[in-house]
Amino acid sequence: MIAVEELSVSYGAVQALRGVSFRAETGMITAVLGANGAGKTTLLRTISGLKEPVKGTITLDEHSLVRERPENIARLGVGHVPEGRGVISEFTVEENLRLGAMMAKVNLSDGLNEQYERFPVLGERRKQHAAKLSGGERQMLAMARALIAQPTVLLLDEPSLGLAPLVTAQLMHAIRDLCASKSLTVILVEQNATTALRISDYAVILYLGRVVANDAAANIVADEDLREHYLGKVE
Amino acid sequence: MDAFLTSRIISDILAGLTNGVIYGLVALSLVLVWRSTRILNFAQGAMPMFAAYVGMVVFAHELGYWPLVGISILAGFTVGGVTERVLVRHLYGKPEINPIVVMVGFLIVLEGVAAAIWSTTPRGIPNPFSPIDWQLGGKPVSLSPFSVYEIVTGLVVMTLIAVLFRFTKLGLQLRASALAPEVSRLLGVRVGRMLTLGWILSTGVGTICTVLVASNFFTGLTPQVMDGIFAFGFIAAAVGGLDSPVGAIVAGVSIGIILQFVGDYVNSNAIILTALIILIVSLMVRPNGLFTKSSARRV
Repeated sequence: MIAVEELSVSYGAVQALRGVSFRAETGMITAVLGANGAGKTTLLRTISGLKEPVKGTITLDEHSLVRERPENIARLGVGHVPEGRGVISEFTVEENLRLGAMMAKVNLSDGLNEQYERFPVLGERRKQHAAKLSGGERQMLAMARALIAQPTVLLLDEPSLGLAPLVTAQLMHAIRDLCASKSLTVILVEQNATTALRISDYAVILYLGRVVANDAAANIVADEDLREHYLGKVE
Repeated sequence: MDAFLTSRIISDILAGLTNGVIYGLVALSLVLVWRSTRILNFAQGAMPMFAAYVGMVVFAHELGYWPLVGISILAGFTVGGVTERVLVRHLYGKPEINPIVVMVGFLIVLEGVAAAIWSTTPRGIPNPFSPIDWQLGGKPVSLSPFSVYEIVTGLVVMTLIAVLFRFTKLGLQLRASALAPEVSRLLGVRVGRMLTLGWILSTGVGTICTVLVASNFFTGLTPQVMDGIFAFGFIAAAVGGLDSPVGAIVAGVSIGIILQFVGDYVNSNAIILTALIILIVSLMVRPNGLFTKSSARRV
């Protein structure tokens, strides 16, 4: 379980997060929603140690993550799939996965086989450079690379960005299945509220760096005012 | 083609190969640092020179050639690591001109300190390999046991670096840290350590190269021993592509052979001019180097 309490983050004079608090429960998907500039990506970057908060706490079970280095946070079991996927284009599919498996406690070939079974297209293209993959394949590779490390927490930043609706739907189902089968704590940042709310258990809505709603996803979908003010049209 | 001409061509190729391996090693050491930290290390000749002098201090105690080589390489690793931690780490993310100025300054400081401690008098390093050329059909070819030692050592170092980067976990982390430091950190890679290791490896390769050069009967060790060779190594790195270890080696060997032919068939005074022409033409044709893939640039 990840607990964020009174988290504030600034970029110089600009305050990106203002006293953000919420909990992401184990085995659940918590969607973080909001418009551009709401602070969603900053929130994930702060959890994974890439950005230092001005104040507030972040705890993973018993461990404080504040002022911890990103590499140490990754070693605690936090996998972060950044916005834009972050696959290394110059590496082959397999090299990207081998890099992800660096911290895993399982046998490398077992880990690779598990990911190739989950995402068969990656197995077919294991020797290809990541630069040659389509957007959807790159997203699968980014997910597989995070999963091969056997994280307990998965931070996903805009996984549907630039993907066709069908691919997005498949991806969201994969996230839902993974969360259930691996008891993962998933924090899912999305601009596409409809897609995210469909698979999430809880949702946090950010507006200009503040939490304006923090509730079960079903309640958020049911709250017409909230949807209208902060999420636009939710189908 | 008569026997004399054949023998002369073979001699030039062998002599060029010997020099080219040295240029390739210098270029490789520059590429190792550039790939990991985006810094063009103008002290890449001076840092190994300093390490080689440390080895000479050991040599003065009559421990023999191989302990000198070993201690010099260890000193090279140390100089590289300490330089990255103490000096270079403060230059990351600064304007591009800052590291250039600092590393040129560091070169001058190291050469000055070395001259003050050990003087500028060349120090010969007697080694187990004869510098006398073998003969082919009664005529000497530019190949001696010492040149074979240089070539074999250079090739072994290049192969080890290639194996390290291509086939090991450490190499994967080194490459990832250079290409995508933020993503690497998110995957648990200790990027800071990898950057230090890049400098350690680079100075180690440079030190092997310096010991080879200084072991040459005709050269000896001086504070400026690597200055001229650094220039040719730098040209090789730029021609091959600062991002390409393979390019550095191929360009280094090619330039060594071309310059040997120019020195033999044209004029030895034309060697530097030719090297500069190669640099200018290659930069005009392929600004990123012959072996570096073109990349889009945001404007």
